Amino acid sequence: MNSNTLEAPLGMTAERKAVTDKFGQAPDSKWVIVARGIKREYDMGGEIVRALRGVDLAIGRNEYVAIMGPSGSGKSTLMNVIGCLDTPNAGEYWLNGQEVSKMSDDALARVRNKEIGFVFQTFNLLPRATALHNVELPLVYAGVSSDERKRRAKQALEKVQLDNRMDHRPNELSGGQRQRVAIARALVNDPSMLLADEPTGNLDSNTSEEIMRVFEGLANSGQTVVMVTHEPDIAQHARRVVVLRDGLMSTDERRDDFVARLGLTGEHVKVHEAETRL
Amino acid sequence: MSFFLAVALAFETIRVQKLKSFFTVIGVTIGVTFLIAVVSIVGGMSRYMQDDLVGKLFAVNSFNLRRQPNIQLGDVTEEERRGWQRRPDLKESDILPVAASLSPEDLWATESGGNLNVESQYARPRSTQCSTVSNDWFAIKKMTVQKGRLIAPQEYQLGTPVVVIGQDVADHFFPSLEPVGRTLRIQSIPYTVIGVAEKQGSMFGVSMDKFVIAPEKAPLNRWVNPHGVVNQMIIQGANETGMRNAMEAARAVMRGRHHLHPSQPDDFALETCDSALEFWNKLKGYLEIAGVALPTVGLVVGAIVIINIMLVAVAERTREIGIRKALGARRKDILRQFLVESATLSTFGAIIGVVLGIAFAKGLAAVSPLPAAIEVWSIFVGVGVGAGVGIIAGIYPASRAALLDPIAAMRQET
Repeated sequence: MNSNTLEAPLGMTAERKAVTDKFGQAPDSKWVIVARGIKREYDMGGEIVRALRGVDLAIGRNEYVAIMGPSGSGKSTLMNVIGCLDTPNAGEYWLNGQEVSKMSDDALARVRNKEIGFVFQTFNLLPRATALHNVELPLVYAGVSSDERKRRAKQALEKVQLDNRMDHRPNELSGGQRQRVAIARALVNDPSMLLADEPTGNLDSNTSEEIMRVFEGLANSGQTVVMVTHEPDIAQHARRVVVLRDGLMSTDERRDDFVARLGLTGEHVKVHEAETRL
Repeated sequence: MSFFLAVALAFETIRVQKLKSFFTVIGVTIGVTFLIAVVSIVGGMSRYMQDDLVGKLFAVNSFNLRRQPNIQLGDVTEEERRGWQRRPDLKESDILPVAASLSPEDLWATESGGNLNVESQYARPRSTQCSTVSNDWFAIKKMTVQKGRLIAPQEYQLGTPVVVIGQDVADHFFPSLEPVGRTLRIQSIPYTVIGVAEKQGSMFGVSMDKFVIAPEKAPLNRWVNPHGVVNQMIIQGANETGMRNAMEAARAVMRGRHHLHPSQPDDFALETCDSALEFWNKLKGYLEIAGVALPTVGLVVGAIVIINIMLVAVAERTREIGIRKALGARRKDILRQFLVESATLSTFGAIIGVVLGIAFAKGLAAVSPLPAAIEVWSIFVGVGVGAGVGIIAGIYPASRAALLDPIAAMRQET
């Protein structure tokens, strides 16, 4: 794979470089995500769009990583690949010790169900179902019995302090509450990784802070969290920030380095301003 | 996802979209309504034919020896009809040899009849079905009298001018009078009424109580048949086998008397309740074809409506499908969800159809002489067909849903 010829992105540690270079080898259990030379191309009416051009990424257990990048950088595609919603054209993707890049659709569905907890920008709750039922949904497809589903769904809602809103439908909840229901749903099946796609994109800044505190709490309790965002002030909540540019990884650094490099103050920064500094 | 859960989900969808669901299933409902109604009516008529009509025309385990079939409602060609005309009559002289061939348990009687002019001094003359019969006729028909008595053996022997009459005849000729002991004139010859038969009821709205019965040697015999000719001989076996044996015995005697070569067909008829039912069975076959064809049209239309609505449902719920897939639903989970939804919807429609069909059949039975009998199997078939239509109609929309790409599906605006 020609990704071997690519330079390691700025800030990538030797250990990560080592694990992403070992093609065809199962990484050891400390790694949740190992992506090696991921390529993804789309045929847009005869024009080939190369969304990912050979991305290497290694994320260990208990890490809290933000994946950043301007629009068109390929971060959504990467998120789809990491989330097992899409498969790469080339490269390997190992999730929690299994190679998922060559799995069938139904096998991917199983992996999504067991290993990944999704949190979406638009919440993606079923509008006609109660909060409790929404949280139960992954367990339904995991084949968990009804009583056990209820018990675990309630537990997950308690974790996000929404146990008093269980019987409400999404339209009876505020944006922040909806996102917390979605987080409870993502956690209910004990996934290896929480994968959040612009989790605060539809929320005001106060609510965004509230949601970020929920992520913070989860990360502190040992949950692996991967968050895709284009907002630097959201990304700076993570402990590690990966920046994509033109389908390639451009930087991979610790939070402090990222904050220092961009001159962030920890306060809310204008998105455009920060993006220009990326 | 379990089947039970899928059904619960389907009911939830129906509950939320009541009106739409109603319009979705209306075709199936109408189809099943027709199916149940037609089957019930055909079944009712069938039961009626077998139990009442044929039971009234034919005594149990009995057959009629005749020149030609009496009930000739089937497909009879002109050729056959002419053939019957050329057949020899059944003669009085045939009766005793046939009777001699029967086993001692068998009962037999002769019967001749026709419409004759009947009058009494209390009412206007009226043409009435008059029959002359022999000894065991009442025993074979299991007919008793409500007033007076039956014809005595001596009266049969002597041909005494006495008659047993039906209820309607009694009502017409002897209004508000005691008919027993009074005189009835048949073709101007006076007869004494000795009994009024038990009410026989009606058949397809036609009264079965318009008859006059006299002994076979009574004077009216010469009005109903040429001398020495008998309309038919009724023979009753002790049981089914007895009847079959008696039929073969009678056939052998008749063929011998008519000097038939083994290669020649019978030139007389042995008519059983089966041959009478043959016509009905033929008609029932046609009715059943209609009873299947009509609902099928409804069900095909119903299926197309369901396909259409389910495609709309899939389009409307693309996002939901995307979410479910993202959360781990496999193709077969989505496929099952929509198949069960469409089958549940359709079965629901079919159940409404069953209820309406039963109501329709009962209603029709109540306001018309058509009888109805609800066949239990038709309810199962109706519901089963409903479920089947739902599944077949659901296949295409459900597989479209199952094959959706989760990323694209979740991007869909709702």
